[in-house]
Amino acid sequence: MALIDCKSLTKKYGKKLALNNIDLSLEGGRIVGLAGPNGSGKTTLIKLLQHLLTPTDGEILIDGMKPGKDTKAIVSYLPDRDFLPDWMKLSALLDYYGKFYRDFDREKAEQLIDQLSLDRSMSMKKMSKGTREKVQLVLCVSRNAKVYLLDEPIAGVDPAARDYIIRTIIDNYNENALVLISTHLISDVEAVLDEVIFLKYGEVFLHENADDLRSRTQMSIDGYFREVFKC
Amino acid sequence: MAWEFKNGVPIYLQIITGVKIRIACGDMPPGSKVPSVRDLAQQAGVNPNTMQRALTQLEQDGLLYTQRTSGRYITEDEEKMTELRRSLSDGYIEELFTNLERLGLTRTQILDEVRAWAEKEEGEES
Repeated sequence: MALIDCKSLTKKYGKKLALNNIDLSLEGGRIVGLAGPNGSGKTTLIKLLQHLLTPTDGEILIDGMKPGKDTKAIVSYLPDRDFLPDWMKLSALLDYYGKFYRDFDREKAEQLIDQLSLDRSMSMKKMSKGTREKVQLVLCVSRNAKVYLLDEPIAGVDPAARDYIIRTIIDNYNENALVLISTHLISDVEAVLDEVIFLKYGEVFLHENADDLRSRTQMSIDGYFREVFKC
Repeated sequence: MAWEFKNGVPIYLQIITGVKIRIACGDMPPGSKVPSVRDLAQQAGVNPNTMQRALTQLEQDGLLYTQRTSGRYITEDEEKMTELRRSLSDGYIEELFTNLERLGLTRTQILDEVRAWAEKEEGEES
């Protein structure tokens, strides 16, 4: 059964159509790239999946359930901006996540933090942007979730930090889980994707196996993206 | 990322070639254990499913074999190794000819140039 199932999903902001009649079915055990230019509906889709927005029309099922309290227990969400209270120390954040999420693997998080040699008594406020992103990612992947929604996890960090983030995702996701990564930095993630979705003006322009797309177009996914969305 | 990938070619095919080269060069010696799919995927910076697909293909080609309880190993079959080296070197030679023919050289000219180059190199070494 699909872990994410969208049927005729539509979202309007006033008169503006953000997502137009989307049908999408995503299964577990895969890393899926959600690509599209700014304003194509990537974040809107992710926010709908996370129940931060409600659909104007259509239906979403996550592991058979409508988005809400029950789906949040099995979905690990990484927003596209800082989302943790900046006065909190790392040690307090670990406690916080442990109390909040039943599937939080404290041991795994501690290990990842050791690997990064981070000071647990440092508050988020004092960390660099790159370090904050890494901490948020560590907390996100340390949950044994069924679905990971990663909204722009590699935007705004240096290339070495990007490699770290991508490696951490490959290494830590549960192999039956679904990982949905939204990004416009496709060249950095294309080697880790099983499937790619291109969103264009709120519609699914394509949804295809990543290697099939590369051989069909004789291009990298990044190259094909540039062609499709040429300005 | 440790492994470089070319555009427009499925990544699993490039992994297959990459592993073949490592086997032929002795970086992954005959009879040695192949790291786990996850470790290899992380080394190459690719999706574990893609790595799995490549290893399955290499196994079907007889370059790897699985021991039920302890994992994958590189073949010790001499014949397979010879065949592998030959097919890789054929590939390099084909590439050389394609590139030089594109520059307008005839096959005979290419052969002469290659011989001259090898002799020059030898002269410089001694």
